[in-house]
Amino acid sequence: MAMVTAETAARGKYDVIVVGSGAGGGQTAYTLSMNGASVLMLEAGRRYDPERETAMFQTPEMAPLRATSTPEKPFGFYDATVDGGWQVPGEPYTQASTEKSRRFEWWRARMLGGRTNHWGRIALRNGPYDFKPYSRDGLGFDWPISYEDMAPYYDKVEMLVGIYGANDGLENTPNSPDGCLLPPPKPIVSDLLVQKHTAKLGFPTVACHRAVLTAPLDWKNAPAKLHPGNAVAQDILARDMRKRSPCFWATPCGHGCSIRANYQSTTVHLPPALETGKLDIVTDAMVAEVVLAKDGRASGVRFVDKHTGASREARARVVVLAASACETARILLNSKSAQFPQGLANSSGKVGRYIMDTVGSDLDGQIPLLENLPPHNEEGASGLHMYVPWWGYRMQKAHKLAFPRGYHIEFTGGRRMPGFGTAGGLEWLSGGSYGAKFKEDARRYYGSFLGFSGRGEMIPNEQSFCEIDPQVKDKWGIPVLRFHWQWSEHEIRQARHMQKTFADLIESMGGRVKGQAQTTGDGAIHAGGNIIHEVGGTLMGSDPAKSVLNKWCRAWDVNNLFVTDGAPFPSNADKNPTLTIMANAWRVADHILERMQRKEL
Amino acid sequence: MDRRTSLRWMLAAAASLPLGDARFSPAHAAAGKSAVPYGADPGLLEIYHPGDLWPLTFTPAQRAQAALLCDAIIPADATSPSASAVGVVDFIDEWISAPYPRQQEDRKLVLEGFAWFEAEASRRYSKPAAALSTEQRHAICDDICYLPKAKAEFAEAAKFFARFRDLTAGGFYTTPQGRKDLQYVGNVPLKQFDGPPREVLEKVGLA
Repeated sequence: MAMVTAETAARGKYDVIVVGSGAGGGQTAYTLSMNGASVLMLEAGRRYDPERETAMFQTPEMAPLRATSTPEKPFGFYDATVDGGWQVPGEPYTQASTEKSRRFEWWRARMLGGRTNHWGRIALRNGPYDFKPYSRDGLGFDWPISYEDMAPYYDKVEMLVGIYGANDGLENTPNSPDGCLLPPPKPIVSDLLVQKHTAKLGFPTVACHRAVLTAPLDWKNAPAKLHPGNAVAQDILARDMRKRSPCFWATPCGHGCSIRANYQSTTVHLPPALETGKLDIVTDAMVAEVVLAKDGRASGVRFVDKHTGASREARARVVVLAASACETARILLNSKSAQFPQGLANSSGKVGRYIMDTVGSDLDGQIPLLENLPPHNEEGASGLHMYVPWWGYRMQKAHKLAFPRGYHIEFTGGRRMPGFGTAGGLEWLSGGSYGAKFKEDARRYYGSFLGFSGRGEMIPNEQSFCEIDPQVKDKWGIPVLRFHWQWSEHEIRQARHMQKTFADLIESMGGRVKGQAQTTGDGAIHAGGNIIHEVGGTLMGSDPAKSVLNKWCRAWDVNNLFVTDGAPFPSNADKNPTLTIMANAWRVADHILERMQRKEL
Repeated sequence: MDRRTSLRWMLAAAASLPLGDARFSPAHAAAGKSAVPYGADPGLLEIYHPGDLWPLTFTPAQRAQAALLCDAIIPADATSPSASAVGVVDFIDEWISAPYPRQQEDRKLVLEGFAWFEAEASRRYSKPAAALSTEQRHAICDDICYLPKAKAEFAEAAKFFARFRDLTAGGFYTTPQGRKDLQYVGNVPLKQFDGPPREVLEKVGLA
């Protein structure tokens, strides 16, 4: 691997600097280096090798505290994320309000691959409505591009990454062309039960789309489709695709995947990009600011080498930020100069504005029909096999719902690897049994639970933004972010609707709701930042006075500065953002290549 | 002294056990180590045992009491061994000794609960808890096993019992023997994933 030291990085001459190594940075570096551009990637966290470090088959009794979550490992001991979470030692952030509902909890992953080490691998396309939400209901902002602009890049990313799913032809839930998707895994019994009952209530349950190889990638045909006329790239990709094994239907995706059956930036984007010899990666390199040349172009970035604490500069013809939405905004706001006293690319005053998360609300139920089932293996692809896409577009158009935007339903059931909580809190069913009766109850109820999670669209608002805290700095001396947050009625009403829908579904199946469905949206909605679908902060748009970036995600104010993480998103559809981040990054990287070819950069 | 006050007093005494004090740790376990968190980048491939990361807490008497309660909750039967036979006491000791907020709350609850149980055994039967007959132990457990139906005087003890049951079950069902008891058959590589067998679909009415 071309892993380089901070010193080497600072001496190098590169076409493009990419800040961040997750879905956006990984895709950007992949597309650029496969097409011959020389790239320096800076990652704020440590080097991470999934083939060597993944605790794939470890089981809870091998870990401290049976692998349950702690403040240091918020998704459990074996979650692939290291040096990450809602708190990162030495790297604080602050809140403008002490009110709980006005806090934004900022999740970060300081490691190679960034947040792609922790995600559900749910890879849904935005639909046509999702690019033009303002035109549809007068709220939020339209994207300066349409579904048709993004579609070819969704196709490419699906072929490269390997996404399972099916084409169901549902409204605003796009089909993929033939050859893009891998076959979906077979439904488990709880999937089929949910499907039967959602049909009764009038909405669909269909194959989910996830970044897991259910079959080998098409290494014979896909490389030529992805890199036409580029024999070197085709050869590298074909060889790399053959090294990725399909899923063997065991071990949780969240542990990471040493056989490279699922997507992490480090298992899909970085290996072929490094194979080109055009990509250098420096880890433990915390970017503090973009450096401006006298002519107003970005000349590179200033970063802190975490090994020594020394500040260094790296230089390139083009700078791409993909540091995660809020970190990207932070870098720009901290890039102050005489020319840009309010931070770089901020003549609109919109850097840091309109940050969004996903609306999340959960409800669990116990389903007697699923009790005491004959033992069988239900692990499948470890995450969702099926889901419920949003079904209410027509009702919303006809103003029959009290909230304007949609949500999809994720649900989890099955006889999964028993964990610490598997037989915990059973009193509501068992009446407080202990002894032989408790063991019978544990057997009876194991595998009979269904957990429903709504994941809905948040509309950007003026009260949700980040700015630089005037006092606080992190341990590297870099000023930190201060967050402002507020859900609006749109989200709160949507969360209430989720709770009602889940309760109806559970009862329709003859089940019992655990606890109580929340009838107030305030009680139902997760705190800002909890779903970790942070987007916005440097919106792309068509008006330089109202947006930070143009439709190519280039800063209006700086000719050679681009953003390819979730920060450019003008809206945050219920569809999980990762696939769109990757598709958009490929689109932007193609544009950078074209402009470099035309000698404009 | 009324009962409530005497209970508080006992509980306060139990709760004053300092976290990570080597006097309460078995000699073999991490003696002299202070209880520090494992950090944000722990070795994921190592295999950990209770006492490896932070000193344990239970005295021999507390271990014995933990074992009796664990096995009252999960006794051996024809399918699987008892909780104490598969290391659940060690696990609970590891849990309540851990330097994290949630575990420290449980530490207080568990140690106070043990003290309460001891006092209750003495009050009802004039015996140490360890000397109770199975029937006597069950008579106490019956009063505290279900918070919604527990008498007001047993409410605190019922909270302890509910949490201790969760800790016992959490420890037990995450062992190979516990997984087998639940007839869990996953986590093995397969060539293909076939979905549910027909008998399962029939049972659920989906065939």
